[in-house]
Amino acid sequence: MGGLSLLVRLVRRDLARVAARPGEALLPPAFFLLVAIVFAFALGPEPALLARSAVAVLWVGALLASLLPVAGLFAADAADGTLDQYAVRGIAAETVALARMLAQWLVLGLPLLLALPIAGALLATPPALLLATAPRFAAGTLGLAAVATAAGALMVGARGGGGLAALLAVPLALPVLVFGAGAAGEGEAAGADRLLLAAALLLAALAPLAAGAALRLARG
Amino acid sequence: MEPVRSASSWHDLANPHRFRRVAGQALPWLLAAALGFLAAGLGTGLFLAPADYLQGESVRIMYVHVPSAWLALGGYAGLAIAALAARIWRHPLADLAVRAVAPVGAAFAAVCLATGSLWGRPTWGTWWVWDGRLTSMLVLFLLYLGVIALIHAFEDRMRGAKAAGILAILGVVNLPVIKYSVEWWNTLHQPASIRLSGSSIHAEMLQPLLLSATGFALLFAAIVLMRMRALIAEQKRAMRQLRRAALAG
Repeated sequence: MGGLSLLVRLVRRDLARVAARPGEALLPPAFFLLVAIVFAFALGPEPALLARSAVAVLWVGALLASLLPVAGLFAADAADGTLDQYAVRGIAAETVALARMLAQWLVLGLPLLLALPIAGALLATPPALLLATAPRFAAGTLGLAAVATAAGALMVGARGGGGLAALLAVPLALPVLVFGAGAAGEGEAAGADRLLLAAALLLAALAPLAAGAALRLARG
Repeated sequence: MEPVRSASSWHDLANPHRFRRVAGQALPWLLAAALGFLAAGLGTGLFLAPADYLQGESVRIMYVHVPSAWLALGGYAGLAIAALAARIWRHPLADLAVRAVAPVGAAFAAVCLATGSLWGRPTWGTWWVWDGRLTSMLVLFLLYLGVIALIHAFEDRMRGAKAAGILAILGVVNLPVIKYSVEWWNTLHQPASIRLSGSSIHAEMLQPLLLSATGFALLFAAIVLMRMRALIAEQKRAMRQLRRAALAG
């Protein structure tokens, strides 16, 4: 079996598992919208103020939403022996992690992109700004999925749940937040898009390696 | 065949119990040297060195603040090196070093943040500014907290130390990107109005600074050795209890 077709099969398996339980997949975009709503309640309804804070709130929402699945990302596969099966069949833990990251990118990124116009409307975001944010979200969610994959693999067998996931993931995800939100900053933004892409790609390259090592460690 | 001897004496340290003994012998000297350097550095820094013409007496907090910043950074590098050694040679002492260094480095990062905040009040007129270096140290502190939390999230702390080691290596690879993003963010938004690095530091201030930095570094090493000794003793006790339980059962 070629490496690529193996990867595709692993990603499809991950996606099929998510599709079997759509409720869980809807949680991150719902949470994302909730963040936009609570920010609006906290800031007040004045459109100018909302619009000024909109991009920052959207990125915070994306970061927080990406944390939700972290604690359970590999837990089921570790518990039911799927990870052992992969190892017995000679599939590298890094490949498993890479597939999980790509699946997580799709599962997190696409619903967030769909929720983006709604959150944008709630926060009175100018349409042009929202349109510019969409491709940045596409790239940024790759970085967020990468961080989530690494943190999820490190947390296999750990106690602590959501708080631990946030503590592990947030410092690593900061560049995505900074460049993603900063790209919309007034007057500037030249180069920010490329920096965002670079940060996301670097995380995407490193995370499967770290996650693979962590998964091998979890198997003992 | 003869040259092997010298290498093996170094190798002997890899035995945890021998390491514990040698570390125990070295500790009093290390602590004495640390206290000596600290007394000299802080003594001259706090009482003899000149006050700053701009900041007055408050500049003296530098003799604690700057060494803590260096050691927080150096400690994270040490953490990553220990984690790398643990992964390459799979040596239990390296995992122990990860466990021993993490809280000490975090404490120095916390001291750096606290003294920076105290220093900022008279100098900048506020407890906190999102200055590039302060923000970087805050993120480093968060990275430390993640490593510590991960160690303690596992029933088996050695398993936790291995996971935390992977996190530390991932963190150290990402550190330049994080640091760059913080600086980029800082220039994008309001730049700090007052910079501390206006002029190069005077020799009368540099000397006590280097002395106290050496003292703090030796103190760091001594605390790490003490923690490693305690962790080895703890493991020994756990093993003994296991053996006893096995014999009784």
